[in-house]
Amino acid sequence: MSKELIRLDRCTMVFDEDVVLDNINLNIQDKEFLTLLGPSGCGKSTTLRIIGGFQMPTSGDVFFDGVRINSVPPYRRAINTVFQKYALFPHLNVFENVAFGLRIPKTDANGAKVKLPEEEIHSRVMEMLEVVNLKGFEKRRTTALSGGQQQRVAIARALVNRPKVLLLDEPLGALDLKLRKDMQKELKRIQKAMEITFVYVTHDQEEALAMSDTIVVMDKGCIQQIGSPKDIYNEPQNAFVADFIGESNIIDGIMRADGVVEIFNRRFQCLDSGFEKDEAVDVVIRPEDVDIVPLEQGQLKGTVTDVTFKGMQYDIIVDFYGFKWLIQTTDLAPVGSNIGIKIDPDGFHVMKKSRYSGMFGDYSSYSEEFDEISQGVGDDEE
Amino acid sequence: MKNKLSWLSIPFTIWMAIFVVVPILIMAVYSVTSADGLVTGENFVGMGDYAVVFVRSFWLAILATLVCLLIGYPVAYMMAKEGQGFQRVAMALIMLPMWMNFLLRTYSWMSILENNGLLNQLFRSIGLISLYNSVTGSNIEYFQLLRTPGAVVLGMVYNYLPFMILPIYSVILKLDNSLLEAAQDLGANSVNVFRKVILPLSLPGVLSGVTMVFVPSVSTFAISRLLGGGTQMMLGDLIENQFLGGAYNPHLGAAISMVMMVIVVVCMVVMNHFGEGEEQAVML
Ligand SMILES: Nc1ncnc2c1ncn2[C@@H]1O[C@H](COP(=O)(O)OP(=O)(O)O)[C@@H](O)[C@H]1O
Ligand SMILES: [Mg+2]
Repeated sequence: MSKELIRLDRCTMVFDEDVVLDNINLNIQDKEFLTLLGPSGCGKSTTLRIIGGFQMPTSGDVFFDGVRINSVPPYRRAINTVFQKYALFPHLNVFENVAFGLRIPKTDANGAKVKLPEEEIHSRVMEMLEVVNLKGFEKRRTTALSGGQQQRVAIARALVNRPKVLLLDEPLGALDLKLRKDMQKELKRIQKAMEITFVYVTHDQEEALAMSDTIVVMDKGCIQQIGSPKDIYNEPQNAFVADFIGESNIIDGIMRADGVVEIFNRRFQCLDSGFEKDEAVDVVIRPEDVDIVPLEQGQLKGTVTDVTFKGMQYDIIVDFYGFKWLIQTTDLAPVGSNIGIKIDPDGFHVMKKSRYSGMFGDYSSYSEEFDEISQGVGDDEE
Repeated sequence: MKNKLSWLSIPFTIWMAIFVVVPILIMAVYSVTSADGLVTGENFVGMGDYAVVFVRSFWLAILATLVCLLIGYPVAYMMAKEGQGFQRVAMALIMLPMWMNFLLRTYSWMSILENNGLLNQLFRSIGLISLYNSVTGSNIEYFQLLRTPGAVVLGMVYNYLPFMILPIYSVILKLDNSLLEAAQDLGANSVNVFRKVILPLSLPGVLSGVTMVFVPSVSTFAISRLLGGGTQMMLGDLIENQFLGGAYNPHLGAAISMVMMVIVVVCMVVMNHFGEGEEQAVML
């Protein structure tokens, strides 16, 4: 049912000898919600700007509907953008901001300039303002609007042109948490209703998981993994993806046979296969996949070193033979207690070794990391 | 913060009161009195004789402002759009003449525009003057450049152009690049980006540039006397003449100054209003 709409073919972007995008290959299907996810500075915006036409890749090709569009300027692409800081025109009111694209004469098949009739402009703008819940705001100055309202003007201004693709660069970054959740639903609804391809940029993994059909995880100018939210979460391709999407304990292991993985010199049953015999691997164990059991029934035994109450669950840090795990559980185990744990075969996810091996997935410095995260929520500015 | 430091503005306020408000009051008093100290309206009545000077002053000032705008806007736009290097060179070229004394600058223009000056010598040597003579059948030795309204406008443009360029340049420079990208994104080619975004958003700079050129132009003296050679008397010269010159009559001079001030203020108010209206017109 789906067909390819945009293709980036071996796109590389170099800024003053800095390789910002390294040989990116990406297919975007018609009408899908695709998210570029990655830490700040990984090249998400640059990728978006290449699609929008604001940047030419240093090498590589961009295709739209099968046609190479490398040198097509932004104003001739059937693509519109919601900019990171909205970029509303301060000299125009809400209505005129939304009408901006409609008022620009289009060239028809015979090369003649055609202007949309005023009634059509009016009805399309009003229709769009209704979609984004801004009816009655037509005459307002954009500078007098709240962040969320400006956001919606920016979305209306882009969508009113009926683009095939909408590009959104961290559109919710400046909004507070509650508003952000509402807008996520709102955007998803609009995308479904208008049947448009969305290419969405965020560094917020929860947002990406909640909204996307396809997630593209990026780091250091490279695509780390492309897949559905479930794939990305359940089958991360390397330690970076496992760590960036949700919490994970990542442990060195050895694949002894198909379905048998060894960690801490103990063999466990797992569902993964297709590795060499005795291949060194990274093993991901999600904190919620670990069950606490009485010591004598435990597959592994460890000591609780830290407990944090999280409302829905406790975050417990457990020391196993010098390696600290994060376990999320509803059963309280006090600090200092010795516990046993049990992991079902589907709780293991085995990954090939990568350049990220050994860099993530150890919770020895958990409290510091936690501080970082809570600070990160406070100031979302890049 | 603001309030704690507000005492710092006291010296300035006093300065303004003594050297701006008081002189204006003195002028106002002078303008409605005669030499023997009696209150009279004759100064204003007598001004009618100088209507032609009023008209010329405003006309030449408007011309100079328009020329400044036509030259200044593109220069400012280019400066703001080009790279740092170009900006620095252009800025130096604009500021350099301002380090020279104003009279010196104007005298140099005199020697350029003279009947036997640099320009006419150039025209003669490339045969432009004989060409002109053979085409029109006249027999001139030189083009009359000095002592023309054009020379006065040239002098004013030369002196006041930086005041047009700088405010426009700084407004365009500060324009948010993402606004221009947004316009492109919505289908605007470079002409439309300029017309629909850059131009309306740079209007405040244009307005302050126009003010900064028009006000000194309309009250110009010296330039008009030196380059206009007495044939292009402007209000500034007229007023100067009443205080320092042969026509000594400070009361009339004060009255002319008052009228000029009122006209300038009215012009500015109307224009600022028009500027806002423009913005709204774009909005509609
Ligand atoms: N126009 C530019 N000139 C030079 N470097 C740039 C430019 N745009 C982006 N970069 C650099 O490219 C890298 C990736 O930037 P960006 O794509 O904005 O990342 P993200 O959106 O993922 O945070 C950053 O290191 C940034 O400094
Ligand atoms: Mg970015």
